[in-house]
Amino acid sequence: MAHAADRRSTEERMDHIEFQDKPEGPIAAAIIAGGIGATALGVFTTLAEASEGAKNWLQWSDAVGPLSGKVLMAVLVWLVAWAVLHLALRNRPYETRRALVISLVLIGLGVLGTFPLFFQAFGG
Amino acid sequence: MSFTTREWWGLIHGMGLGALFLLAFAGGLAGLYSLKPALVTPEGVVERMRRLKVGVVTMAVVAWLTVLTGTWIVYPWYRATGPDSARSQLLADEATKGWHEFGMEWKEHVAWISPILATVVAFIVLYYGTNLIRHQRVRRTAITLFVLAFVFAGVAGAFGAFITKVAPVK
Repeated sequence: MAHAADRRSTEERMDHIEFQDKPEGPIAAAIIAGGIGATALGVFTTLAEASEGAKNWLQWSDAVGPLSGKVLMAVLVWLVAWAVLHLALRNRPYETRRALVISLVLIGLGVLGTFPLFFQAFGG
Repeated sequence: MSFTTREWWGLIHGMGLGALFLLAFAGGLAGLYSLKPALVTPEGVVERMRRLKVGVVTMAVVAWLTVLTGTWIVYPWYRATGPDSARSQLLADEATKGWHEFGMEWKEHVAWISPILATVVAFIVLYYGTNLIRHQRVRRTAITLFVLAFVFAGVAGAFGAFITKVAPVK
């Protein structure tokens, strides 16, 4: 009885809060793009270790070294992926849970790629 | 009793921005957690949303400032060629080289995932606003990413503190 009254009270309060209906697509796009950015960071980190040519190419700043190219390329990939996914999903009711699962897998790959014991295994 | 320019930047990067990041995370997490239908009122939600937006945007901005100052200001001093740089000192001793080869190598990379995820959460909160109260699944997703952003910053921050203790940037 008390539980039903609480629920009614909550529903009444919710009726007085202003909600704007918005599709979840842009949220899913941002979430997946975040995962893509993390994966890109892992890929560039491992690539720089595996290839001397890639390492030299990623050295955009002599003071910072190859880290400069790795992080700026990862940020670039993230922003481009976000823009593309946003355009593709902006009006779609894309399931956020599915986007989170995809993103968590991509973040996991990104963390693996930046983990020294992993990427140093590709070193010469 | 004074600090060198490099020590000042180390303090700004590690302690100043680190403390702000921690504050913004605590505020943002409390705000996101409390966005439950049973815990909000029509009067309180406006103020609560404003506070949440400030918290998550601050955390994202601070996370970007932290990695930018760390990578482009402090890190070049850390990795400078010559026997006096922190990196050279760590690598010169078998007992301390692991701090560079594992600690610094992980920290300098993984830290960059934090601002990306913090920005995603800031976007979710700014875009979805009060809808986070109705759609608890999205709110929980935002909390998950917010906590992950904090964890990656925590890994980087902890290694930064340990490495500075062993071989400070001077």
